[in-house]
Amino acid sequence: MAGTDIIIHDEKDNVGVVVIEKITPKQDCDCWIMENDKSVKIQSMDEIPLGHKIAMTDLNEGDTILKYGHDIGKVVKSIKKGEHVHVHNVKTKKW
Amino acid sequence: MEIPKTFLGYKREDGRTGTRNHVIILPVDDISNACAEAVANNIKGTIALPHSYGRLQFGADLELHFRTMIGTGKNPNVAAVIVIGIEPKWTKRIVDAIATTGKPVEGFSIEGVGDIDTIARVSKKAQEFSIWASEKQREERPISDLWISVKCGESDTTSGLASNPTVGNLMDKLEPLGVHLCFGETSELTGAETVCEKRGKTPEAQEKFKKTWSSYNDFILKEATDDLSESQPTAGNIAGGLTTIEEKAFGNFQKIGGCKFIDVLEPAEEPTKGPGLYFMDTSSAAAECVTLQAAGGFNLHLFPTGQGNIIGNPIEPVVKLTANPLTARTMSEHIDVDVSKILSREMNLDEAGDELIKATIRVANGRLTCAEALGHREFVMTKLYRSA
Repeated sequence: MAGTDIIIHDEKDNVGVVVIEKITPKQDCDCWIMENDKSVKIQSMDEIPLGHKIAMTDLNEGDTILKYGHDIGKVVKSIKKGEHVHVHNVKTKKW
Repeated sequence: MEIPKTFLGYKREDGRTGTRNHVIILPVDDISNACAEAVANNIKGTIALPHSYGRLQFGADLELHFRTMIGTGKNPNVAAVIVIGIEPKWTKRIVDAIATTGKPVEGFSIEGVGDIDTIARVSKKAQEFSIWASEKQREERPISDLWISVKCGESDTTSGLASNPTVGNLMDKLEPLGVHLCFGETSELTGAETVCEKRGKTPEAQEKFKKTWSSYNDFILKEATDDLSESQPTAGNIAGGLTTIEEKAFGNFQKIGGCKFIDVLEPAEEPTKGPGLYFMDTSSAAAECVTLQAAGGFNLHLFPTGQGNIIGNPIEPVVKLTANPLTARTMSEHIDVDVSKILSREMNLDEAGDELIKATIRVANGRLTCAEALGHREFVMTKLYRSA
C-alpha cells in the first residue's frame, strides 16, 4: 500500500495533507481518502512540504475549507487546484 | 490483539494503584523551594517539586493552588509526601487533606526555625520515608486501575491525521474495560466546541462543557489585547502545516476516538463518577495541563506530538508518540512510540492503537519513558489571576 503522497480525511474535504517529505511542482501525486479508502490523483502546482495542505479543487475568496469533513476556515485569496493552502491564503473564521 | 487484564502496579492504602513509587518533597510556596531541593539532594529516592507560587493568592486562584498541591500528594504514583511551607497553617491544610488517603505524610514550616535546621529535620523524615517506600513491591492489578490522561503538543497535521487518532483508538479499546480517561485543553477545542459539546454523554455534561468553554472564551475576549491569533496556532504548529485554530481543534479532538465524556472537571479536580472519559478545564500549555491532570489523580499520560514537544512530569509518566517521520528521526530520544508508518500506509490505526496499548502497559509496569530518562520534571501551577 506504499506510495501515498497525500492523505485526505473525509470525502467532503477540499484539501489533502502531504505525507511525504515534500512534493514538487508538476508532480503527479497519489491521494488516499481515509474515510472511504478510495484513491484519487492530483498534479501539484507548488512545492509543498510534509504536513502542509494542497487544494484538491479551485477555491475562490470566501469559500470554506473543509477538513475532517468540518469547516476549518475561509479562503482569503483565491487558490487553484494543486496549490499550497496555508496562512497566506486561508484564515480562521473565529476572529 | 487481546488486551492484558492486569498490569504491575503499587497498591496504595486507599485502594488506588500507582504506576510509580515516588517520595515527594512538596513546597507549599515559592520561598520554600530552596529547602525542598536541599532535602531532595540530601536524601536519595526523593524528588522535590519546586514551583513559582503559593503566596498571597486568594479566592478561586488560591483554591486551585490548594487543589493542585493536595491532588499531587494524593496521586497514587506518590508513596509518601513531605510538605514544607513558610508558615504552618497552609502547610497543615495540605498535609491533612493528603493524609485522608492513608499514605505517610508529614508537614514542616520554616518560620522561626530557618532553612538549615528545617533541612536537617526534614531530611531525617525524608530518609525514613524513602527507605520505607523502597520496600514496596509491584503486584498484579486490574487494567481498570489505569487512569490515563491525554494532551497533545507541538501539533502539526500529522497529529490530526495519525498520532491523535491512535490515542483515540486506544481510548475506544480501553474505555469498555473500565479505565478512567481524561482530556483537557479548553482553548484548543475552539473551532470544534459545538461538535465537542455534543460528545457529552448526558445533557448535564453537555451543558457543563458549554458553560466551561464559553466562560473561557468570554475571558479571552475580555482580557486579550488582540485575539489568540499570535499564539493559536503556534509558530511550531504553522511550520508543521496547521493553518487555523479550527483545524488544530478538529485534529486535537481525534484523541478521544468515539468516546463520550461523562463529566466536566474543574482544573485539578478528581473525577468521582466512576470509569469513563472526563473533560478537564485546563490550559493548553503542556506542562500546566499535565500538572493539573496528575493532580486530578491520573497515573499515566499519553502525549502525541507532531513537531516534537519534549515535556515530562515529576509524578505522572508521559508517554510520547509521533506520526511525523522527521520528528521520529531527528528527536528519537524523546519519542516512545513511533506511528509514522500510518502515513506511509504500512500500519493502520488499529495496529497503531495496539502498539500504543502495549507501550502503555510496559510503562505502567515500570519501564521508564524517554522523558523520565531525560529528567523532564515540569511541574507548573496554573494561576487564574494576579496575587494580592
